[in-house]
Amino acid sequence: MKELVEISEPKSPFPGVGVSTDQGLLQWISSVDHKMIGIMYLTVSLFFFIIGGIEALLMRTQLAWPMLHFLGPETYNQFFTMHGTTMIFLVAMPAIFGFSVYFVPLMIGANEMAFPRMNNFSLWITFFGGLLLYFSFLAGGAPDAGWFNYAPLNEKNYSSSPGIDYYAMGLLLAGIGSVTTSINIVVTVLHMRIKGMKLNKLPLFVWMVLVNSFLLIAAFPALNAALAMVLLDRQFHAHFFNTANGGSALLWQHLFWIFGHPEVYIVILPPFGILSEVFQVFSRKPIFGYSFVAASSVAIALLAFGVWVHHMFATGLGITVDSFFAASSMLIGIPTGVKIFNWLATMYGGKIKFTVSMMFAVAFLVEFTIGGLSGIAFSIVPIDWQLTDTYYVVAHLHYVFIGGTVFGLFAGLFYWFPKMSGKMLDEKLGKWFFWLFVIGFNTTFLVQHVLGMIGMPRRVFTYPDLPWYGVLNFISTSGAFLMGASSLVLVYLIYKSIKSGKTAGDDPWDAYTLEWATSSPPELKNFDELPVVHGRRPLYDWKHPGSEDE
Amino acid sequence: MNKTMMKLVVGTEAMFFVSLIMAFVYMAYNSGFEPYEVSKLDIKTTGIFTLFLFSSSFTFWMAEKKYKNGNIKSLKIWLVITILLGAIFLFGQGKEYIRLINENITLSGSVFGTSFYALTGFHGLHVFIGLIILSIILIMVFVGDFNNSSSNVIGTVGIYWHFVDIVWVFVFTVVYVLPYFTKI
Repeated sequence: MKELVEISEPKSPFPGVGVSTDQGLLQWISSVDHKMIGIMYLTVSLFFFIIGGIEALLMRTQLAWPMLHFLGPETYNQFFTMHGTTMIFLVAMPAIFGFSVYFVPLMIGANEMAFPRMNNFSLWITFFGGLLLYFSFLAGGAPDAGWFNYAPLNEKNYSSSPGIDYYAMGLLLAGIGSVTTSINIVVTVLHMRIKGMKLNKLPLFVWMVLVNSFLLIAAFPALNAALAMVLLDRQFHAHFFNTANGGSALLWQHLFWIFGHPEVYIVILPPFGILSEVFQVFSRKPIFGYSFVAASSVAIALLAFGVWVHHMFATGLGITVDSFFAASSMLIGIPTGVKIFNWLATMYGGKIKFTVSMMFAVAFLVEFTIGGLSGIAFSIVPIDWQLTDTYYVVAHLHYVFIGGTVFGLFAGLFYWFPKMSGKMLDEKLGKWFFWLFVIGFNTTFLVQHVLGMIGMPRRVFTYPDLPWYGVLNFISTSGAFLMGASSLVLVYLIYKSIKSGKTAGDDPWDAYTLEWATSSPPELKNFDELPVVHGRRPLYDWKHPGSEDE
Repeated sequence: MNKTMMKLVVGTEAMFFVSLIMAFVYMAYNSGFEPYEVSKLDIKTTGIFTLFLFSSSFTFWMAEKKYKNGNIKSLKIWLVITILLGAIFLFGQGKEYIRLINENITLSGSVFGTSFYALTGFHGLHVFIGLIILSIILIMVFVGDFNNSSSNVIGTVGIYWHFVDIVWVFVFTVVYVLPYFTKI
């Protein structure tokens, strides 16, 4: 008989106060349960995904053909700014936090986060930050200086509407939420692991989220400081970024990218973690090179702070600086490449099951590598000078954000949905969604590499009828609508599965980690007792006694 | 767990101040400060008020020690002294601000004013927040919440309070000491 450990009860948030268990909406709003908060994070993410997606479709409609006047230039500026800001801060990050706060406690065999009330606070302040950002549309105009909000465009004399003030306030609030969640996750992982789960036995998703949380805690303050400075400039006539009075526009770029480059790793590391779980389970093999996958994330996190100037090659900082950051940017490709080979080796010789989740994971390998290669191209300074601020950048960043982050998150959604809802997602409809999304995505963005190379600048609301411009843009726009249609399929798929999906059972994938050791969906108290952890696949070991050494 | 949490908070706050200090130094080298503005800083008076802030770290350490020994009465006294020392520092900062504003050095007047007030102001804000937290603790001590208890709340707050002091070491060095000796 295996040794079992009892898992301590979640702490009651208001000791001595009883709450009836069925209060409908109020129960959701006031919940401090990590699972309900996780689902609300994911809902917030889906909500803003739809809004950000509509903004993208409106932009692509405007760009469908040369010299259209569907959106004016001012509106177009607001839309591309809001699209980028929304997708990064209100879609990617809440989705990552959703999976993190839902699954980290479950995977480490805990019944709660370390600070349940802070968890609730983080969710709502993020959501209200998002609402504040969107309130700018009613208050006289949304921010219009791009998601990275360059100085001096973010100064009052270039953008006199209050949009950028809302940008700064909204992101400050959402940023506070992100930092508090990360602190919460780190404390949870460091203090609440089940007996036997040493750090070198952590599930890889938890590893990535842990590294990622440290990265976020270190990177966000630079953004918060920059946002505070831009607010001081705009509201109190300070001169941080006001070049006419001795300020420096470059200072904004430095501060923003000291945050901004780690940020792109912040939104990719947790999907790496999801994929590390998905590849194992659907290849029916333990991960190849656990230590390499874990250690390369630490390498990525450290290097992430040494590459920010590659966003600024065009600002003329000199050959020495450019060369240093070109080298460091190529260097950071290595630990990322290591992971790709680890996943390939995990699949090699495995009994691969092509579920929708696994299909997204495999597609990720292809799409993310395309995005990675165009990124390496950018680290070569002359190529960057030629292609910066063209559609090549747009193509590159969408291949890493969608081909990387979103594909990883979809793999996670299809993998974990049965646990969260107790229902299976329909695999057949899921495959429809997968193919529509993949084809739509590549149709939209592959041609944009070419558009960039033939010189089409990004962030302009229309373009003259030069050779190939019209055709390629039209292909891109049709792809975007295909992605839009596939998103409707996704929403319907989720709705239908919750309504009438097949019952999932506790462990539908015959998986390896502890979240599958409890009911689907888990009760308020996740676990009563669990076996002491001896290996890296605790549930597998439990199901197959005597296999710990594998 | 509380202490780990506060260490992480302090870590993220430290990066915030690194950004602000970086902005100050960047401005000093990039566009340069007007020498007459820098010369208006009064390193001696501020130095004295700095000593008050530093000694508040010592008095808080005493408070924490007394609490660990279960000596609630001394805890109260040391806490009150800590709060007073912090408040005196803030008073000194306010006095210096008023003097500088009268000399026409303002947030919107020049890049020096901008980076000086932002950096020292955010530090002052952190001291102020620390004083609020300490006052809450003090009230809790007087109400009796800490009698015969072994809570780590006081230790946790201590991490924050010492941090605010350490930040001032860097801010004071960069803003007052280095310009005084290098005359940038």
